[in-house]
Amino acid sequence: MTDLASPTVRVSTRPAETRRDIGIKRRYAAERRFRVYGISAITLGLLFLALLLSTVVSNGYTAFLQTTITLPIEFSEKVIDPKNERSTDAKQLMTANYPLLVRDALVKQLGLDATKRPQVKQATDMVSASARTQLRDMVVADPSIIGKTVPVTLLAEANIDSAFKGQIDLSVAETNRKVKDQQVAWMNQLADAGVLKKSFNTGIFSFGASSRPEAAGVGVALIGSLYMMLIVLVLSLPIGVAASIYLEEFAPKNRLTDLIEVNINNLAAVPSIVYGLLGLAVFINFAGMPRSAALVGGFVLTLMTLPTIIIATRAALKAVPPSIRSAALGLGASKMQTIFHHVLPLAMPGILTGTIIGLAHALGETAPLLLIGMVAFVVDFPGSPLEPSTALPVQIYMWANEAERAFVERTSGAIIILLIFLVFMNLGAILLRRRFERRW
Amino acid sequence: MLSEAGRFFSMVSPVEFFFGTVWDPRFAAAGSGDASGQFGLLPLLGGTLYIAFVAMLFAVPIGLFAAIYMAEYASPRLRSTAKPLLEVLAGIPTIVYGFFALVTVGPFLRDISTQLNGLLTGNYQNFIQAQSVLTAGIVMGIMLIPFVSSLSDDIITQVPRALRDGSLGLGATRSETVKKVILPAALPGIVGALLLTASRAVGETMIVVLAAGVAARMQLTPFEPMTTVTVKIVHQLTGDLEFTSPQTLVAFALGITLFVITLCLNIYALYIVRKYREQYE
Repeated sequence: MTDLASPTVRVSTRPAETRRDIGIKRRYAAERRFRVYGISAITLGLLFLALLLSTVVSNGYTAFLQTTITLPIEFSEKVIDPKNERSTDAKQLMTANYPLLVRDALVKQLGLDATKRPQVKQATDMVSASARTQLRDMVVADPSIIGKTVPVTLLAEANIDSAFKGQIDLSVAETNRKVKDQQVAWMNQLADAGVLKKSFNTGIFSFGASSRPEAAGVGVALIGSLYMMLIVLVLSLPIGVAASIYLEEFAPKNRLTDLIEVNINNLAAVPSIVYGLLGLAVFINFAGMPRSAALVGGFVLTLMTLPTIIIATRAALKAVPPSIRSAALGLGASKMQTIFHHVLPLAMPGILTGTIIGLAHALGETAPLLLIGMVAFVVDFPGSPLEPSTALPVQIYMWANEAERAFVERTSGAIIILLIFLVFMNLGAILLRRRFERRW
Repeated sequence: MLSEAGRFFSMVSPVEFFFGTVWDPRFAAAGSGDASGQFGLLPLLGGTLYIAFVAMLFAVPIGLFAAIYMAEYASPRLRSTAKPLLEVLAGIPTIVYGFFALVTVGPFLRDISTQLNGLLTGNYQNFIQAQSVLTAGIVMGIMLIPFVSSLSDDIITQVPRALRDGSLGLGATRSETVKKVILPAALPGIVGALLLTASRAVGETMIVVLAAGVAARMQLTPFEPMTTVTVKIVHQLTGDLEFTSPQTLVAFALGITLFVITLCLNIYALYIVRKYREQYE
């Protein structure tokens, strides 16, 4: 008895305020800890977002600048067409030795001795090999240029481009880097003369695939993505809206429609790669459609987007209050008139928001496109959705697998382009929702 | 898809596929019928579940705490800025996460392990590979944070006000209310949300293709590369192979397996969420 009583005695000797504090401090400390966990979780999440975006932007913003070399190229007849056969043999202009023109101009600009071959080779390596096709296209487009001297803006080779942007560590031993000291000296000499300079890179938007980073761009991929988005929009919006109207307004409530509803919800959560397999089996193997075509990609993405659009449309239709329907029906409108004249226009902002979000999702989707052969090296612009093309995210995937520094830059640049598209689409969806949102 | 998978199972027995422990689909020379290699699903499934587990381990605490803070503590202003910002993470295409893993997270983990190893043992050798379960898991975890947080947020805010007021009125602190009253009440819904998130982690492709590696093996260390079902589907089908060989047809069998797994997770999650919802309506 005395044992039990002694703690009570001790407690009662304390002042009343301390007694009340027992446990409270500990509980408040736990409370504060809990808050800190919460805040740090949110901070961590936002930190990751910032890290992700800053990685992409810091790697990628330089992709929108391209080092160019503007040289006065002499389109000398001696080099292009020494035997004057171009009127009879059209091939002559295609196969002429255009790199020689670049070499001559560069030798003249730098004041080199044309007989020292290794030195001249080093100098010509500074200009992208794509100069050949560039000059050829100029001459083929306008043969009268032969014999004239025209200033031409050529792309600098990728390593020179990186060096000029300060991305190559020049303190590394010369043998261990791709840009030689002599080339750096020439680079500075040309830059001082105003011949070599950075300018806005239009090529990244217009070029197709290339194994040379400086001549690679997302042009073909943009067109491919555009085709696919159009196909997705044209197919999934009418089908999705029609299906939702039927399910929401006409379908009887029975086990079958319940089953369909559950299925649609499940379809929205199926991994996207399974849609790719489905597309491969049904559209390519069974229906015999061409591989790598934007058409098949569009179909697959439509399948993927449909559940999203149906769910959004049904929610929008459900949000239209029954009083609107009753009023329309009461005034003598038929069921069709009620839906198409009253319910659908009121639900339209919600439907469009859902569609834009679905499209944005489809635009960033990669996995299913890999399976239907969109991982392709496509140089030429696809004229129709049936021709081989690639898509923006697939182009990013292909570039991400390349090792060169310049491709890391291009990859990030392509990601920036993709993200800008997504930001605009999502902003559009948000604005639409803000503008037309109604509270009944 | 079923018929393609059926053609695969006519060549390779289902028992070998589902219970085989070696993944080694050799590209058989034309005409040699039986030298087609082994198609054991288990190493792939093990890798898939392991990476998904690491991702959940990373995403669940962060997502859940963020959701609790936003639902219970945050001022409306913080909530209206932090919530959309976190949801931006969900809108970023997965290929971007893959690239992030490839150029930032992977090399970062590799370098930090080199330094750590050097400090501890003096031997500057990295013990974390740039492509590893850990890399893929962490990056996938970042991707999953918004799913966990927004789904849990919805469920926590659905818990009736009366429960909260009752607990606070009895003198409990906010964190005690959350731990003893709100979380138990929201638990079924949260479990459902986590299952939905897990099904997303299992079906994720682009992050693992770029960050997890291609070596199909079973192991316990998260520092080495491992591969997943989705990676192998991509690898078996991106190449110039005939559609009649088991090497390509196996992709359809893998796809069906993946589909069934995610479908089960989803149905179970929806079932739990539905059951829970009846309590308050």
